[in-house]
Amino acid sequence: MTLLAQPAEPDTRTRTGSTALDLVLRFRALGLVVALVAVVAVTAAVNPRFVGQQSIRDLLLSAAITMLLAIGMTIVVLTRGIDLSVGSVLGLSAYITADFLQNNTGTPLPVAMLLGLAVGAVCGLVNGVIVHVGKVPSLVATLGTLYVFRGIVYFVAGGSRINASDMPRGFLDFGTARILGIPYLIIVALVVLVLAGVFLSRYRAGRDMYALGSSPEAARLAGVPAGRRLLTAYVLCGALAGLGGVLHAARFGTVDASAGSGLELSVVAAVVVGGVAIFGGSGTVYGAALGALLLTVISNALPVLSIDQFWQQAIVGALILGAIGLDRFVSLRVAASLRTKDSHVD
Amino acid sequence: MSTDTAPDRITQAQPSSSRLRSSRIVGWDGAIVLVTVLVIAVAALTVEHFGTSRNAGFLILDLTPVLLLALPMTLIIVTGEIDLSVASTVGLTSSAMGVMWNNGLPLETIMPLCVVIGAVLGAVNGILVTALGLPSLAVTIGTLALYRGLAFVLLGDTAVADFPRDFSSWTIGNLGTSSVPNVLIPLIVISGLFAAVLHATPVGRAVFAAGANPIAAAFAGIPVGRLKFWLYVTSGAVAGLVGVFWTLRYSSARADNASGLELTVVAAVLLGGVSIFGGKGTLPGVVAGVVLLSSLQNALRLASVSTEALTVVTGSLLIVSVLAPNVVTSARAALVRRRARLRTTPTS
Repeated sequence: MTLLAQPAEPDTRTRTGSTALDLVLRFRALGLVVALVAVVAVTAAVNPRFVGQQSIRDLLLSAAITMLLAIGMTIVVLTRGIDLSVGSVLGLSAYITADFLQNNTGTPLPVAMLLGLAVGAVCGLVNGVIVHVGKVPSLVATLGTLYVFRGIVYFVAGGSRINASDMPRGFLDFGTARILGIPYLIIVALVVLVLAGVFLSRYRAGRDMYALGSSPEAARLAGVPAGRRLLTAYVLCGALAGLGGVLHAARFGTVDASAGSGLELSVVAAVVVGGVAIFGGSGTVYGAALGALLLTVISNALPVLSIDQFWQQAIVGALILGAIGLDRFVSLRVAASLRTKDSHVD
Repeated sequence: MSTDTAPDRITQAQPSSSRLRSSRIVGWDGAIVLVTVLVIAVAALTVEHFGTSRNAGFLILDLTPVLLLALPMTLIIVTGEIDLSVASTVGLTSSAMGVMWNNGLPLETIMPLCVVIGAVLGAVNGILVTALGLPSLAVTIGTLALYRGLAFVLLGDTAVADFPRDFSSWTIGNLGTSSVPNVLIPLIVISGLFAAVLHATPVGRAVFAAGANPIAAAFAGIPVGRLKFWLYVTSGAVAGLVGVFWTLRYSSARADNASGLELTVVAAVLLGGVSIFGGKGTLPGVVAGVVLLSSLQNALRLASVSTEALTVVTGSLLIVSVLAPNVVTSARAALVRRRARLRTTPTS
């Protein structure tokens, strides 16, 4: 009763609270854009050709594959999981697809892409089953499958490699061709990005990923089919890594058993830098894609700025630490602003 | 991540866990010791050259870095955290060692300095995890990249190889005329030390308590943050020591030394029966896990089975080692439930 007697003041506070909250939440994507613009501006000032058409095209081409994998990783990380096996899945899919094309030169391109996608999806399903049915923590499960899938690539490939001359022309053209000056690869990545973004923000199953990551117990009690959603997350992540493998084969033209080794680190880095909380429940695929783009821009900018290429990994590390530090800071601020909002209730 | 999913998993296992523990003939770590002995015995009988003292010496040299890194990693994982930056710390100390040697410092000074550098790198992890409260998985993925990057910044892709012969030959040498490697003695002493601390001191009990239930541990007066901080410092210092060992063993300081070793170390620790959720694990189990992985690797290589097969074996072992206890637990729980139902049916 006494609470209702003074409605004016709490109302304004609520409003200021939520605008501050909005600002803080928007800040993460904003920070990325600022960083991206800053790196591009500085590099372009040193060498204007950095923003030339060809250079930007190369940049987008290199970012496309990391972006695809980062989108898949985001979905898994949202549910509080992690998928360390993406590099191995990419390698497996790249080799199987290339090998298939080598032996069946007449294969239409979409079939080859579907094959790669399917290889990835099966790998993802294996991860999902071990995590969900086997109750094995995702870190352990995917650390294990990182080895297993890579071992399988070695089995399949042995010491051999598939060269550009072994693959059909049309497939390789796909890796370099462009429409209206935009490479196919980046179009594929952008289409996937938008589809994943819409899926996560507009569809029930997508929202469930956030729910599962925020509070698994609450999500289950609210009737979220946790098992099915987890499997979906890992299958999607695997499928996108598989697609990444196909694009890898098309772009580079040569595939050996070590394709994609160590890639999981850059993908996790892109996701973390892109503002996806490693505890799950918060973040967007757009942020992750921006993160992937930023990392690619930095690695392309270093030689232009005549900074030793050796700095690249150190910068990536510092970025990850900065990003999670910022994330922590933001969540503390959010918690604080939520507390002030609550305070007038009691 | 590991700590976040811990609660629901723990509550699931809790009601029957004490009962299960007493009814178990051997725990997972006991089983892994048995498997290890079995694998070594079979390998010695079937694989040519495996049982030779010369090969045993190589085997011990090969497992030294993994074992040393696995010891503090065990304590860290038992507290519910993780340290993925250890191999990068090895690389960075190795680079630093090369740079210091190039600048004319004597090795007697360089070696303790390397341990100090490792400890400082560990302290950075510790501060980020405990003082700032950041998730250790993300922090150490970050420092994994950062430290490896700094190693390359220090030394580039060159190698420093002109270390004095005495030091290198001691590192890979044997005790007197025997075929017992020199490193075995410090290895046993350090492992024993870690085992004693974890299983026979208040610090060890605090480590288990912090992992089993951090909040309860804090209420019981255990300085959880400080404990974790010092564990990271220890982990870094040991990684610094491994950096020295690695450099001297191959007589080559390189920025990419020990690349990717963190995965092997984590795999060995989990294989040794340590729970990734914290609160559970034994050091003898971990030692067995390391020996098992290394012996398998060694035996398969001698039997000229490809390293590819080994990669698959390592991964599968890792998954199975976590999967198997889960399957056994749920099967036992189902059995207990059924017995309980059978017991209550007549009375009701």
